Amino acid sequence: MTEAAIELAGVNKWFGEFHVLKDINLTVAQGERVVICGPSGSGKSTVVRCINRLETHEQGLIRVDGIELRDDAASIRAIRAEVGMVFQQFNLFPHLTVLENVMLGPVKARGLKRAEAEARARKYLERVRIPEQADKRPAQLSGGQQQRVAIARSLAMEPRIMLFDEPTSALDPEMISEVLEVMVELAEEGMTMIVVTHEMGFARRVADKMVFMDAGEIVETGTPAEFFSAPKSERCRTFLDQILSH
Amino acid sequence: MRPWALLLVLPLLLGGCGSSSGWGWYVIDPTTEGGWTNVRFLIAGYPSTIYISLLAAAISIVLGLVVSLPGLSSRRWLRWINRIYIEFIRSIPLLPMIFWVYFGLPLLLKGSWVEFPLDPFWAGVIALALSDSAFTSEIFRAGIQSIGRGQTEAAQTIGLTYFQTMRYVILPQAIRRILPPLANQFIYIVKMSALVSVIGLQELTRRANDLNTTEYRALEIYTFLIVEYLVLVLIISQAVRWLERRMGSDERR
Repeated sequence: MTEAAIELAGVNKWFGEFHVLKDINLTVAQGERVVICGPSGSGKSTVVRCINRLETHEQGLIRVDGIELRDDAASIRAIRAEVGMVFQQFNLFPHLTVLENVMLGPVKARGLKRAEAEARARKYLERVRIPEQADKRPAQLSGGQQQRVAIARSLAMEPRIMLFDEPTSALDPEMISEVLEVMVELAEEGMTMIVVTHEMGFARRVADKMVFMDAGEIVETGTPAEFFSAPKSERCRTFLDQILSH
Repeated sequence: MRPWALLLVLPLLLGGCGSSSGWGWYVIDPTTEGGWTNVRFLIAGYPSTIYISLLAAAISIVLGLVVSLPGLSSRRWLRWINRIYIEFIRSIPLLPMIFWVYFGLPLLLKGSWVEFPLDPFWAGVIALALSDSAFTSEIFRAGIQSIGRGQTEAAQTIGLTYFQTMRYVILPQAIRRILPPLANQFIYIVKMSALVSVIGLQELTRRANDLNTTEYRALEIYTFLIVEYLVLVLIISQAVRWLERRMGSDERR
């Protein structure tokens, strides 16, 4: 039996008094694509951010590729090396060119030679279909292009798992599809992915598993087929009605 | 006060020029031999003032950066170290600090392996740098905090360590915002270096004092001294503006 890529068991988290995550249990197999959806404030971003320790969890177990996430720097570093992340706000480095953005991790964190890192960076820029923008600054690019650079920056670290935290929510509608296309290709190549998104078309196309969260809890999980056609809970049905009818 | 009110002062100044009892510019008149000697004596204070300011500023910047980092930590005890250092250093007036470093510090270190005599120059550098570091540290903290949290998070997710994140992601962006207040602070150091004259460093102010005790022409000599600082500070301001333009031109956000 192959080991689970990601395992969350009994994860709890509080922001002060506010109970943001309540007993989260979630297992993601190698190569599995999980889409998390739910109303805003439901804790879906927080789950994803706990997996690579951008947020700490107070209770429960998180294990990534068999490595248990603890307080020590070594386990955090080991897990971050396996996990790439794409943010809603892209978070590109504005003072560096596109190429330098993608090269920074391989050169500084992985110790690659510059030539090697540049070749790798160009390869991934090619993959997200913006090799010609390599020498521009992020601010000179459209939102969709910036997000694709951010994906290339993550991929250049050659992670085994990719986390996407509402990757298209900050984009103009006409740019959403170019980012989703890149993500679909990644999924087809067998990347393990957790995607927080409201793009239900994307979810139907690539998800192996749907997770619906509300008020810090996982309310429902299922295959896209059963999730979209026959949601079990009332809360999930209401949510789907709202976002699918607009 | 309105600008034209200054005109009222003009007759006073002009009147002074006319009567030898008011002004006596001969004391620094470069066309006479005595005056030229005095001018050269006064100007010879520049190197000390400039070196002491540059060294103190350089040390203060390094020290300020080091002190600011624990202030940005999520751990409370680290933030406390930062707070205590800043509140403590900031509350010491510069003059007592100079006295303490010059007269006190050598006694404190007596018998230890770092025993050394402090000359007025190094005592001045240490006192100025220490005193200033509390302020540069706050400048760094504000500048670093102004860079969004997302930048640090992105750097962490591509595996950069804390120091790499600072070095390659945060500081290059923060420096543009830090530079103007830091330049202000440098001008402040230049002016405060005048206080080091009290422990005998032959910088601009000390030389003016010394000359005055033999010539008794306070008005002319101290006017000259003020102009000396004015020239120096104006040059620094120009240099900083040039630097800001250069760094700002890089900024395409």
